[in-house]
Amino acid sequence: MHFELSETQQLLAKTARQFLTNECPIAEVRRIMETPTAHDAALHRKMADQGWAGIAIPEEQGGMGLGMIELAATFEQMGRALVPGAFFATVALAAPLLDDPAHLGPICEGMQLATAALIEADADWDPASWSTAASNGTLTGAKMFVPDAAEAAFILVAARDHGVPGIYRVAKDAPGLTVTALKSLDLTRRLYEVRFDNTPAETIATGGAAEQALKKALRIATLALTAEMAGGMARVLDITVEYAKARKQFDTPIGKFQAVQHMCADMYLWSESTKAAVYYAAYALDKDLPEAASALSVAKVYAADAYREIGNRGIQVHGGMGFTWENDVHLYYRRAKVSETMLGDNVYHRELLARAVVDRL
Amino acid sequence: MDLTLSAEQIAFRDELRQWLAANAPAPITRGGNESLAQRFEKLRGWQRQLHDAGWAGVAWPKAYGGRGASLIEQVIFLEEMARAQAPPMANTLGLGLIGPTIIHFGTEEQKRRFLPKILSAEEIWCQGFSEPNAGSDVASIRSEARLDGDHFIVNGHKVWNSYGWVADWCALVVRTDPAAAKHKGLTYILVDMKSPGVEVRPIRQISGESEFAELYFKDVRVPVANVLGKVNQGWEVALGTLMHERATLGASITILYRRSFDRLVELTRAVRRNGRAVCEDPIVRQKLAQAYTELEVFRLNQMRAVSRVSSTGVPGPEGSILKIFWSEFNQRFQQTAQEILGPYGMLEEGSPHAIDDGAWSYGFLRTRGNTIEAGTSEIQRNIIGHFVLGLPKSY
Ligand SMILES: Cc1cc2nc3c(=O)[nH]c(=O)nc-3n(C[C@H](O)[C@H](O)[C@H](O)COP(=O)(O)OP(=O)(O)OC[C@H]3O[C@@H](n4cnc5c(N)ncnc54)[C@H](O)[C@@H]3O)c2cc1C
Repeated sequence: MHFELSETQQLLAKTARQFLTNECPIAEVRRIMETPTAHDAALHRKMADQGWAGIAIPEEQGGMGLGMIELAATFEQMGRALVPGAFFATVALAAPLLDDPAHLGPICEGMQLATAALIEADADWDPASWSTAASNGTLTGAKMFVPDAAEAAFILVAARDHGVPGIYRVAKDAPGLTVTALKSLDLTRRLYEVRFDNTPAETIATGGAAEQALKKALRIATLALTAEMAGGMARVLDITVEYAKARKQFDTPIGKFQAVQHMCADMYLWSESTKAAVYYAAYALDKDLPEAASALSVAKVYAADAYREIGNRGIQVHGGMGFTWENDVHLYYRRAKVSETMLGDNVYHRELLARAVVDRL
Repeated sequence: MDLTLSAEQIAFRDELRQWLAANAPAPITRGGNESLAQRFEKLRGWQRQLHDAGWAGVAWPKAYGGRGASLIEQVIFLEEMARAQAPPMANTLGLGLIGPTIIHFGTEEQKRRFLPKILSAEEIWCQGFSEPNAGSDVASIRSEARLDGDHFIVNGHKVWNSYGWVADWCALVVRTDPAAAKHKGLTYILVDMKSPGVEVRPIRQISGESEFAELYFKDVRVPVANVLGKVNQGWEVALGTLMHERATLGASITILYRRSFDRLVELTRAVRRNGRAVCEDPIVRQKLAQAYTELEVFRLNQMRAVSRVSSTGVPGPEGSILKIFWSEFNQRFQQTAQEILGPYGMLEEGSPHAIDDGAWSYGFLRTRGNTIEAGTSEIQRNIIGHFVLGLPKSY
C-alpha cells in the first residue's frame, strides 16, 4: 500500500509544474483573462502538445491512455497555475462524453475545443431535472452556466427525446443556437447561457449509453475540478506564507504573530486534507471501486469549503493588499467560489452522501 | 499510488477477520453500573486474548513478542477490529506511545524486559510528562532526579496522567541537570509504579470520573539502567513519544469515531422531530453527511500518514494535522449528536431513559479534553507554523 504518487506520476506532475511556470505565469493568466473569452489558443495547443488533452483517453482513440491519478496530478498543476480558458471544459467535461475517435482525435491534438451543456434554469445538477427536448434531430430548450461555450467548436447537450435521455452534439454555427455571455466571478473561466430553438443536432448516445456516458463524464469532471481546487489552494497557501514571512509590522514579520501563524496552519491542514481526499477519489475512480461516487462527493464537499476558507484566510493575512485587484489571491478566490457551485454545490453532494450513508445503514 | 493489498496482506486480513468473527466479545461499553476498573479488567482480558492468538503488536519485532509485520498490517489490524466492532486493547499508551519509543531508543535489555509485557497487558503504562507548571511548555519540567550510585533518586509531582490509577509503569521525564538549558538537562526514565515513594491521587475530571491522576514522587529510587536513551538527552526521546502520540493515536480513533457515527445514524431512525424521523430531516441529513465527509477525510489523512511513515520510518511534524483534525472533528461531531438526540442525549449514565446509558452526554463532555490532551490545538498550530511552514517561532 502506497498513498503517494509513484515516481513516474511525480515526474509527470513536476514536468507539468515547470511547463506551466514558464508558459502560464500569473502575468499571462491576467493577460488572457482580459481577452473576450479568456482563452488562448496558443497556450491550449502547447498544453495539448504535452499530451494533456488526451491524458486519460485510450491510445486507440488518440489519447495517452493514462489513468485517473495522472489526470488528477495534471489538473492539480493547472489549478495551481490558474490556467484560464476552455481546456477544462474540453478535456474534463466534453471529451469523457465521447468515444468516437473521429470526435476525440482533434480534441487530443488540441485542434478542437468543446464543452458540455447540462444544467438549466434552476441550476440543479440532478439530471432528472433537465428538460431540453430532442425531436427529429433538433434540440429546443435552454442551458445555463455552460463553461467556455463561445470558444467551443461544438457543444455536447444533455436532452430528452420523449423522455429518453440522450447526448447530442451541436455545431458552433448551427441555426437556432444562441450563446450569451454571463458575467461571473471567475474571470478565468467564462460561463454562458446557451439556447436551442429547433437547432439541428447529431445524436451521440441515447438511453442507457447516454446515462453511462453522462455518469462517467460527471465523475471525471468532478475529479478534475477537485484536483484543480487542490492545486489552487496549495498555491494560495504558498503565496500567503511567503507574504507572512516578508511583511513586517511592529518590526516583526507578521508570520511570527500567532493569530497569523494559526491561520496559515489551518490553511495547510485544509490543503493537505484536500489532497488526500482528491487522490483517494482518483484511485477509487481509476479502480472503479463501489465507493468511487461517494469518494468524489467527499472530495468535492471538502475541497469546496477548504478552497473558500483558504481564500478567506489568504486575503486576511495580506491585509489591505489582499483587498486589491493587483494581488493575485482574489483571482484564486474567484475560482474557488465558482468551483464551489460547479458540478454540484455542497447541499447537493451532501444529500448524495446522505443517501449513500444514512439511508444505507 | 497503489492502495491494493499484497497477497500476504490479504491472507493476514482474512485470517484475522475469521479469528475476530469467532472471538471478539460484545462491545465493552459504559453503563450497567460497572466501574471504570471493572471495565478496564475486561479490556485487559480482551488484550490478553488477542496477544495469546498473536495479534498484539502486529508491527513490533518478533524478538519482543510482536508479529514482525509492517505498519500496513497494523492498519489492517485496526480496520478489522473496527469492522468486527471489537473493543480496543487496554494498554493504550504502552502500545501506541511508549512501546514504539522503547523500540526506537531502548537498549536490547530494555526491549526484552518491557515490550513483551506491554503486549500481554501484564504491565500497564502511563505517561508522566505534564506538571502543574509544565504543560504546553513541557520542557520546563521541575521534577528532578539525582544520581546516587547506580540509582536515580526521583522527587517531583506530575499531573493529568491518564491510566495513572491502574499503571504498573510510568514513562517519566525528569530534570537531571538543573544548570543546563531548558531542553538540555532532561532525562527519560522508566519507573516502576510500585516503588516506595510513589503516590497516585485520582483527579476528578469534567465528566465526574477519574480517568487521569496526579503522581507524587518522594525519594523514589530508580535504577540507572531504566534510563531510556541517554542521561540529559531525554528531550529527544520525549519528542519521539510525542510524535508517535500525534501520528498513531489517530488510527485507533478513526475506528471509534466511525462506530459512533454509525450508531448515531441508527438512532436518527428512532428519534422523531417535526412529525417525522430525524433521518428524514434535510438539515440533519446535511449534518450527518458533513460528519461523514470529515470522518472520511480524516481516515485518508491517516492512511497517507501511515504510508509516509512506513517509507520514512519516523512520523514528522505533519502529524500535527492529524491531531488537530481528530480532536476538532470529534467536538463538532458530538455537538451534532447532541443536536440530533435532544434532551435524551443529555441524560447521564444510570439515569432512566438515557440513550446508550449516557454514552452521548459523556462523549460530549469528553471531547473538550481532546483539544488539550496530547498537545493543545494551539501548540499543534504553532508546530505547523514553525516546523512545517517555516514561519518564525512565535515565542
Ligand atoms: C484528558 C487528558 C489526558 C491527559 N493525559 C496526559 C497523560 O497521560 N500524561 C501527561 O503527561 N499529560 C497528560 N495530559 C496533559 C496535557 O498534555 C496538558 O494538559 C496539555 O499539554 C496542556 O498543558 P496545560 O494543561 O498545562 O495547559 P497550559 O499549557 O497552561 O495551556 C493553557 C492554554 O494556553 C495555551 N497556550 C499555552 N502555551 C501556548 C503557546 N506557546 N502558544 C499558544 N497558546 C499557548 C494552550 O493552548 C491552552 O489553551 C492530559 C490532558 C488531558 C486533558
